[in-house]
Amino acid sequence: MGLALLAIIWLITLVSTYFFAAKTWWLPHGASASAQWIDGQFALTYVLMGIVFLAAQLSLGWLVWRYRDEGPSRPVKYTHGNTKLELIWTTLTAVLFIGLNLMGSSVWAAERFATAAPGSLPVEVTGMQFAWYFRYAGADGKFGSTSPKLMDPSAGSEAAIGLDTSDPASKDDVVTGTMYLPVNREVDLRLRSVDVIHSFFVPSFRFKQDAVPGLEIHMHFTPMEIGDFEIACAELCGLGHYKMHGMVHVVSAEDFDKWMAAREAEKQ
Amino acid sequence: MATSATVHSHAAPQGFIRRYVFSLDHKVIGLQYYFLALVAVFVGMFLSLLMRVHMIWPTAVLPLVGEIKPETYLQLLTMHGTIMVFFVLTTAPQGGFGNYFLPIQIGAPDMAFPVLNMLSFWTTFVAFVVLCAAFFVTGGAPLHGWTGYAPLSALKNSGPGEQLGADLWITSIAIFCVASLMGALNFITTTLDMRAKGMTMFRMPLTVWAWFITAILGLLAFGVLLSAGILLLLDRNVGTSFYVPLVVVNGQIMGHKGGSPLLWQHLFWFFGHPEVYIAILPGMGVASQLLSTFARKPIFGYKAMVYAIMAIGFLGFMVWGHHMFMSGMSPYSAFSFSIMTMAIGVPSAIKTFNWLGTLLHGRIRFQTPMLYAIGFVSLFVSGGLSGPFLAQPTLDISLHDTAFVVGHFHLIMGVAAIFGMFAGTYYWFPKMFGRMMNETWGRVHFVITLIGTYCIFMPMHYLGMAGQPRRYSQFTELSYLHNLIPLNTFMTYAAVITIAAQFIFVINLFWSMFKGPKASDNPWEATTLEWTTATPPPHDNFGGVTPVVYHGPYEYSVPGAKRDFVMQTDPAGVAAH
Repeated sequence: MGLALLAIIWLITLVSTYFFAAKTWWLPHGASASAQWIDGQFALTYVLMGIVFLAAQLSLGWLVWRYRDEGPSRPVKYTHGNTKLELIWTTLTAVLFIGLNLMGSSVWAAERFATAAPGSLPVEVTGMQFAWYFRYAGADGKFGSTSPKLMDPSAGSEAAIGLDTSDPASKDDVVTGTMYLPVNREVDLRLRSVDVIHSFFVPSFRFKQDAVPGLEIHMHFTPMEIGDFEIACAELCGLGHYKMHGMVHVVSAEDFDKWMAAREAEKQ
Repeated sequence: MATSATVHSHAAPQGFIRRYVFSLDHKVIGLQYYFLALVAVFVGMFLSLLMRVHMIWPTAVLPLVGEIKPETYLQLLTMHGTIMVFFVLTTAPQGGFGNYFLPIQIGAPDMAFPVLNMLSFWTTFVAFVVLCAAFFVTGGAPLHGWTGYAPLSALKNSGPGEQLGADLWITSIAIFCVASLMGALNFITTTLDMRAKGMTMFRMPLTVWAWFITAILGLLAFGVLLSAGILLLLDRNVGTSFYVPLVVVNGQIMGHKGGSPLLWQHLFWFFGHPEVYIAILPGMGVASQLLSTFARKPIFGYKAMVYAIMAIGFLGFMVWGHHMFMSGMSPYSAFSFSIMTMAIGVPSAIKTFNWLGTLLHGRIRFQTPMLYAIGFVSLFVSGGLSGPFLAQPTLDISLHDTAFVVGHFHLIMGVAAIFGMFAGTYYWFPKMFGRMMNETWGRVHFVITLIGTYCIFMPMHYLGMAGQPRRYSQFTELSYLHNLIPLNTFMTYAAVITIAAQFIFVINLFWSMFKGPKASDNPWEATTLEWTTATPPPHDNFGGVTPVVYHGPYEYSVPGAKRDFVMQTDPAGVAAH
């Protein structure tokens, strides 16, 4: 049984490690400014934890086989432990875990402590059962007011988020069901929800943030590649949770301006 | 300590009802908890089977349940999580094994408060019935997940099952909290007050330490959840706004104003994170006990193990915010929650090192209980090492609420904890029922379960990295999920096989209860007090004798001793202990 245990534990360990190492299933391609930093920290954590995983599992398998009961010929070592060893591995794991944590914290600070830089593009994202709406402030750079009383999800877009059309600032607001963003320009995201908690998740941007009713949460990120990227809802929001998806189209600055001009023209 | 024991003893009851139904005997109550958890685990497992089948064959019409709709999937998921966390992971290791063996292992005739003990079980039972009732009411069970995030859980029109079903769900949890508080008080008092002569705190088996610390965690955590649950009931039924701000559901303005959805999350996770340790600490205790017993070697670093349990319990109360990195909570607090969470890795690593150190230079016997203890260590390592990914807010951005998290907590607090229960069952079965379980079928069950659970839960890490969100009933809507379907299909097959293998366990359990070979009083040649008494133990545990303890709990292979184990009650010397 000792040999069987060794074989089973080693097999599980090596097969699991193979699929991590071969990256058969892996993080989606990173397409935002922070992706390379986050992926770097991910890779570091992955290598360190991978080493610990292999060391622990392989030694577990080896120990149970090596010290299997072979009769009284091999004596058992009578010991209650070793304080020096306890101190060594306590210190080592403390350094490993806390150190790893501190190394990753600068990325977090850059992402979440700072606000969006001047010149970034303000976009409001509103989540509701089971759709995402995106609002652009238009030429005046100001978002018009919205009101819960005006919300009519069946009418879609502007009516869904309750845009108050009597507010002058809302005249040039553009509300869409698909997100368009210019490449290489920081996005100043304001995230809202009208009903329950949703979570705005763009795997390729390494971006996720809950949209919480009653809060307006400001976040920022910078798309770095032209292309289409999927948005998923990552917080259970009701029966349609699995199909509350959306799309970010990242385009060149010129294409973005053209698209925006066309939307403004539609409004007139 | 020993003097107070006699005060609490009570006469053996006559009559079926007092003996087996409303019994005050901690052993009967322990078995009642155990069998309640056994029923619950099969219900919970059946629900998970339906979920896995639905993910792969969404249009399949299943016997008993018919067609599963996406909302049905969420109801299954909610009930699976709630049943497993409360009525299996909290009920069996602590209520079941803890109730049965804590008093015996410290040499007490019963728990400190036998009536409270009985009330605690029957309150748990009522909670389970109330929860199951949610399946049968109009609208069915709630769909808000076992975490019940408000406002989804606080509004009656947020989805199917959010009417009476959700009220029953939160009521059941509140009742369960009351039961757990009674149990926790009993465990703490019994451990502090009822130890036999010579049973100092540092001579207690590590199982007792684990149950004791778990009880303290329960006492502090369940009170908070109880209050949170009552507030949720008020929000749902009285129109208060603890958790709900002004919201508009499907164009309709709800009557709430000014509440905080994050308040629920803080209160829930203040309970929820310690709950993880409530589920796993008893398993750690059992693993420690068994590794030492079957390696015929003292546990490596007994005191370090005790301090590690304490450290895990203590730190466990300071990390709840790591469930909320993406919730809109201050990013500064995420920083401190993250450091504390990584710090928990340290005592966890100490435990792993000490388990490996116990095996080193041992003489390992591979009886079924030991296989499960070894499996526990493997699963604990695998489930634990994904923790440092999730503990870093930066990486949690990608991994939060994906299948990665589901894989992580299932391996560690699900499967590892259940391996602790299997280990405990195979180990203590002879003491509880006077017969041995079948070894061959035990091994078959072990091999299939170990490989099977790895095949189900290890791939979840790959899926999570690839961005598969959790709580998705189907993977058809997002195109990047399409190429993950084959892996999901593989996991479903693994789940079907693993679930089928659990019937080997149940048949072995019940068959052995009546047909297994008769067990001696100490079949594993173990040292702790439960192996000094008759099999099964008499009503007062030690047949009118109060045991006296002379040694620590793990004196194996003592040089110069007659046998390779020295009972805790053996007055013959063990030098320096």
